[in-house]
Amino acid sequence: MPETLLNVERLRKVYESSTGNVEAIGDIGFRMDAGELVCIVGPSGCGKTTLLKCIAGLLKPTSGVVELGGRRVTAPPPNMALVFQEYGRSLYPWLTVRGNVELPLKHKKLTRAERDRLVDDALAAVGLDHAKGSYPWQLSGGMQQRVAIARAVAYQPEVLIMDEPFAAVDAQTRADLEDLVRALHRDRGMSILFVTHDIDESVYLGERVIVLSKSPTWVQEDLAIDLAPERDQITTRALPRFTELRTHVYEQIQRAKRGEAVRPEAA
Amino acid sequence: MATADASTIVAASPRSRSPRSPRQLRTLRKIALGLAGILGFLLTWQLLPTLGIVDPRYFPTATATLAQLGQEMRDLEFWRNVGRTMTAWGIGLVIATVLATVLGTVIGLVPFLRRATHTTVEFLRPIPSVALIPLAVLMYGYQLQAALIIIVFASFWQVFIQVLYGVADVDAVARDTARSFGLSRGSRIVNLVFPTALPYLMTGLRLAAAVALILAVTAEMFIGNPGLGRAIMLAQNAGQWTTVYALVVVTGLLGLIVNLVFRVIERRSLAWHQSVRGEEVL
Amino acid sequence: MTLYTSTVVTPRRRSRVWAKIGESTLYAIGLPIILLVIWGVWATIAPAKFFPSPVEIIQAFVDTWVGPAFVTDVLPSLGRLALGIILSILIGIAAGTLIGLVRWLRELLEPTFEFFRAVPPPVLIPIVAVLVGANDAMKVVVIVAGAVWPILLNTIEGVRATDAVMTETARSFALRPAERLRYLTLPAASPRIMAGVRQSLSIALILMVISEMFYSSSGLGFKIVYFQRNYLIAEMWSGILLLGLIGVLLAAVFGLVERRVLRWYHGIKEVERA
Repeated sequence: MPETLLNVERLRKVYESSTGNVEAIGDIGFRMDAGELVCIVGPSGCGKTTLLKCIAGLLKPTSGVVELGGRRVTAPPPNMALVFQEYGRSLYPWLTVRGNVELPLKHKKLTRAERDRLVDDALAAVGLDHAKGSYPWQLSGGMQQRVAIARAVAYQPEVLIMDEPFAAVDAQTRADLEDLVRALHRDRGMSILFVTHDIDESVYLGERVIVLSKSPTWVQEDLAIDLAPERDQITTRALPRFTELRTHVYEQIQRAKRGEAVRPEAA
Repeated sequence: MATADASTIVAASPRSRSPRSPRQLRTLRKIALGLAGILGFLLTWQLLPTLGIVDPRYFPTATATLAQLGQEMRDLEFWRNVGRTMTAWGIGLVIATVLATVLGTVIGLVPFLRRATHTTVEFLRPIPSVALIPLAVLMYGYQLQAALIIIVFASFWQVFIQVLYGVADVDAVARDTARSFGLSRGSRIVNLVFPTALPYLMTGLRLAAAVALILAVTAEMFIGNPGLGRAIMLAQNAGQWTTVYALVVVTGLLGLIVNLVFRVIERRSLAWHQSVRGEEVL
Repeated sequence: MTLYTSTVVTPRRRSRVWAKIGESTLYAIGLPIILLVIWGVWATIAPAKFFPSPVEIIQAFVDTWVGPAFVTDVLPSLGRLALGIILSILIGIAAGTLIGLVRWLRELLEPTFEFFRAVPPPVLIPIVAVLVGANDAMKVVVIVAGAVWPILLNTIEGVRATDAVMTETARSFALRPAERLRYLTLPAASPRIMAGVRQSLSIALILMVISEMFYSSSGLGFKIVYFQRNYLIAEMWSGILLLGLIGVLLAAVFGLVERRVLRWYHGIKEVERA
C-alpha cells in the first residue's frame, strides 16, 4: 500500500494588513501518496501560492499541520524541491545552466563525480545537455523553465512542487513542458504537486485534481482522474472522458467563484 | 455560510484596532533608529577626546564643535564665506553645464564627431582636475578664475557624458515616426531629442553639482581664493581646531542640501520617464 | 529547438578587414594629433608663458620621469594609491555586507554614513594629517577615509535589495548562509558595488594627488608643485601628463575588471535591448 508522503491538515493562514486581517486560507486538508501527480486548481486569488509556500516551509501557517514523510514542516525541508513561475527571477544570471543546476547539490554530501552525474542526468532528462555552458538569459523562456526543472530534478527530492510553472510560457512550449512533467513522473516515479490555473492542464497532467474554493480557501473537491496513464496531447485531449472531466472541473471553479459551494462542517 | 466578498475580514482582533499599521510602525522605527545612530555618533565623538583616546587639542568634543558652529552662524564673515563658496560653485556649475550641453548635443547628434572625439574624451576624462591646481595657480594666482578652472573641468565631464547618453537614447521607433511624418531636423531636435535627453541632463546636473561643491571647497583650501575652504585652512594654521571641525560639519551639511535639492529636481524630471540612468564617476 | 538562427555569415575579405582597422585607428588618433599639432604651432608662433609646446613637454617627460625619479617618487605614490583603494574595497564590502544584511544595523548607521559621504573628502585631509602625522600612513588613511563611503553605501544598498524570488529559491533549496552569501547576495549586489568602486577610484586619485601636493615632501604630487613653485613649466606639465596617464590607466584597469565581473549583467542588458 503506498505510503502517505504529504499530509496537510486543517491548514489556515491569516495575513495582517493595515485594513484588517485577511484570511487567505481557511481550512485546507488533503493527503498525497508517494508517486502521485496531484494538481491543484482554483479561482484567481484563492491563495494557491500561499498554500504552496506553507507546504514548502517558506511561510508559517497560522494554524494547521503540514507533514512531509511523517515529519512536521517548519522550514524548507531537504527532500522537497520547488519550481517557481518566474523562472527569470529564480535562476541566477551569474551562473551558467550547469552552475544553476549544480548549486543546490553543493551542500549535499556527494563526491564530485556523483554530483556531475546527477547534473548531467537531469539536464539530459529535460533535453538541455547541449546548453550546459550557456547562461540562462541566453535561452528562451521555455528553455529557462527546463533549467529550473532540471535543477529541481537533480536535487533528487521526494516531492516536486511546481507553482504555475508554465503560466508565463507560450502555448507550444507549454505542451512540450507538460509532456516533460508527465515523463518525469512516469520514468522516475516522482511525486509531483502541481498548481495551475489552467483547467485543461490540470486534467491532462493529474491523477487527482484538487479544486480549491474562493477565499477563505478550503478544499471544494478532490477529483480522481481516471484517464489512462499513457497520455498524449492530441489523443487524450480528444477523449470524451477528458471533456467530461474538464467540464466538471470548470463547473466547480465557476461555483467556487460565485461562492455557491457550501463548506461541509468539520467533524 | 457562503460569503459574498472576495476576501473575508475576520472579526477585528485587539491588535487590528491599534491606530498604527505595521507599515507606519516600520517607518517610525526607521526614523527612530536613524536618529539613535546620529546620537550615538555624537556621543562617541564626545567621548573620544573627553576620555583622552584621541588628543583633545586636535580633536575637540562634539559639544565644543557645535557650540563653535553656533558662534560661526552669528558671525557675518562666516555667511560671506558660505556665499563665496556657493558663488564659485554656482558659476562653475553653470559654465560647465552650458558648455557640456552644447558640446554634448552637437557631438552626440553627429556620429562622425562621436567616433572622432571618443579617444580624446576617454583620455581627458579620467584626469583628476586637482592635477591642474598648480597650472591654475600659475595662471591666475589666488583669484576666483583659478578655482573656476578646476571646478569647470571636473563638472563638465559629468554633464557631458550624460548628455551624450541622452542624445543617443532617442527611441529608434519614435525617431523613424518623426522622420516619416516629415519633421524638420530642428523640429525633431526640439520635440524628440530634447525631451529624451532632459532626464539624463538632470542626472548629470545632480552629479556635477556634488562634484562642483567638492572642488569649490578644495580649490579654496589649496589655491587660496576666499571661501569656506580657505577659512578652514586659516583656522588650522591658527590652531583653532573647533573652528576647523565646525566648518567641516558645515561643508557636510552643504553637501547634503545640494544633493537633496538636485535629487528632487532629477526625480521631478524623471517622473514620466521609465528607464533608469547609469551613474557616472566623479 | 536550436540557439542559432539560420542566417549564413560569410567571412569578410581580408582587404576589407585591414581597411576597417585602418579606419578605426584613424578615428582614434586623428583628433588628438590635430589638437597636438595646433598646440605645437601656436606655441611656436605665440609662445605663452605657461603653455610650452608639446615637444618640450614630451622632452621634459622623458627627462624627469624616465629614470630614478620613477622609482623614488612615482612608484611609492602608486603603491599608496593601490593600498588605499584595496583597503577601501575590503572594508567597504565587508562592512557593507554585514550592515546590509542586518536591518536594524542598517537603519541605525545609514543616516550617519550618508552625512560622512556628503563631506567633501579633501576637507578631511588637515584633520587626518594632524591626528596621524604627516607620514605615509597618513596618506593611505586619507585615501581610505574618503574613498570607502561610496563602496560602503553602495554595498549596503546592493545587499539589501536582493530579489525576493531569488531569495525564496535559495531558501527552498536550503542553501547554507555561506553559500547564500557567495552565490546569491554578493553576485546580485555586484553591479551596485562596482558602481561604488568606480566612484571611489576617482576620489582616491584626488586625495592622493592633494595629500602629496600639500602635505608631503615626496611623491608625484609633491614634485608637480615643486616644479610649479620653481617655474619649471615644462616639467610641471609633464607631471600633469603623467597624472593623466595614471588616471587613464586606472580607468582602463577598472573597465577590464568590471567587464569580467559583470559579464552576465552586460549580457542581460544586451539581450533586453535586442
